[in-house]
Amino acid sequence: MCFLFDSFEGWKTYSQTHNQQLHEVVLDYEKEQKGASESDIWSGLAKAYQVMKDAVHTGTTEEMKSRSGMIDNGAKKVANSDITVLSPEFKLLISSALGAKEVNSCMGRVVAAPTAGASGILPGVFTTLQSIHHLEDQTIYEALLIGAGVALILEQKASLAGAVGGCQAETGSAAAMASAGIVYCLGGSTDQIFNAAGITIQCMLGLVCDPVAGLVEVPCVVRNASAAAIANSSAQIALSHVSSVIPVDECAEAMGEVGQSMESRYKETAQGGLAATKTGQALAKKILIQDIEILPSQDAEED
Amino acid sequence: MERSSVFDMIGPVMIGPSSSHTAGVVRIGRVGVKLLGGVPDEAEIIFYNSFAQTYEGHGSDRAIVAGLMDFDTDDARIKDAFDHAKDKLTYKFRSVGNASTKHPNTVFLRLKKGDKKIELEGESRGGGVIRISNFNGFASGFTANLHTLVVTTDDAQGSIAFISDIISHDDCNIATMTVSRKGKNDVACQIIEMDSGINDITLQYIRHIKWVHDVIYIPVI
Repeated sequence: MCFLFDSFEGWKTYSQTHNQQLHEVVLDYEKEQKGASESDIWSGLAKAYQVMKDAVHTGTTEEMKSRSGMIDNGAKKVANSDITVLSPEFKLLISSALGAKEVNSCMGRVVAAPTAGASGILPGVFTTLQSIHHLEDQTIYEALLIGAGVALILEQKASLAGAVGGCQAETGSAAAMASAGIVYCLGGSTDQIFNAAGITIQCMLGLVCDPVAGLVEVPCVVRNASAAAIANSSAQIALSHVSSVIPVDECAEAMGEVGQSMESRYKETAQGGLAATKTGQALAKKILIQDIEILPSQDAEED
Repeated sequence: MERSSVFDMIGPVMIGPSSSHTAGVVRIGRVGVKLLGGVPDEAEIIFYNSFAQTYEGHGSDRAIVAGLMDFDTDDARIKDAFDHAKDKLTYKFRSVGNASTKHPNTVFLRLKKGDKKIELEGESRGGGVIRISNFNGFASGFTANLHTLVVTTDDAQGSIAFISDIISHDDCNIATMTVSRKGKNDVACQIIEMDSGINDITLQYIRHIKWVHDVIYIPVI
């Protein structure tokens, strides 16, 4: 019987008692629950990572202007900027995460990891990490498995959908997956991997989903960049033996609780936050067709 | 509830800005095609709750039309789905807000192909994961991540045991099963999710049972 990814504590215990690495537990889950062969899983991960690399490349080299006009080649502007705030590597991280997400906003091909709204984070983080540390693709595939394990638990304890748990459920989950993966790639222990995920959740907690005009553009694209940065800061903290204090399982449960109590106007309905600002509403009026029939409630309707 | 795959978390590879609003919606449309037995001539599409206000902006309208044309979630034609549907499929959209009893991302489909008409309701649960919550008025909960068999029968004693026995003889393990009926001694519907595919001869056998009205087989979508 494989491990069913209901808690981080359980994942750790299972890996210890079965003498397996964290990613091997995920591999066994997929094999047993989905009847997948090991070679199919590795080739699936290879395909996913190739799509991620392509998205970063496309987003930072090709014309990336969305139909609304709100997204206008941001990744390329960052990559070509004369000013370097921290380091060339940081600039690369930011432009890569922006680029992959801009591809998504412009109807291009991405990996929803865990969702399309957060599809810039893992590509930005892992392509940058790989170029700095000269990692093998195989190491990245193993990190992706660990990220998948993190997401499987978050799906059960909280949610991965913005409409259910707000932006924290999408970019927050992706950042937690990415930070766990970074720590794994750099040789961190199980505790450090989980601390990184926990710290990341703490940093992303409470983030609302308030897309301007209901489009996955503003603030989604810039949040993919900031989530990639937070994934890295959390990994740096965790790898330096700093504890998340609140265990990652409890962080995940907190994310679920916060998501549940969040009002629906902050859950992808484009009715609160940035979407409800004067400029946000003016943009919505300009961009979206307005003659959509909205009935007061389903209860009043005979279907 | 069927468990998610690693490739629901790292995937799917898809086109479109939001997995809830595009990949999941494409898949719900494709389930509709399978349940109907082909691409519909006419479709009435109702978007609920979160979908109601943002379906245009997120491209869910293109996504559902693409799904109803049986396009896959990473098909580049999704972007131009309306053009591809021209002369094949007529469709109309409606929005309903505040359906508090439904999942935030729910879409209802009323599909017609020739004389055949069906209705289904699907939930898009994030990351391309879906749940079909209703088929022709029968409550259901299948995900299309497994091989699914939808058997409409008389509400007769022993029908559940009989069908599951046939399936077991085809070496299929049942993962989940939902049974509901319109009323006592009326029409019942068995929705069976299986770990592996079923042989055509088994399907033919089930179709020939006199109290079976209809058998639909949906391989993994």
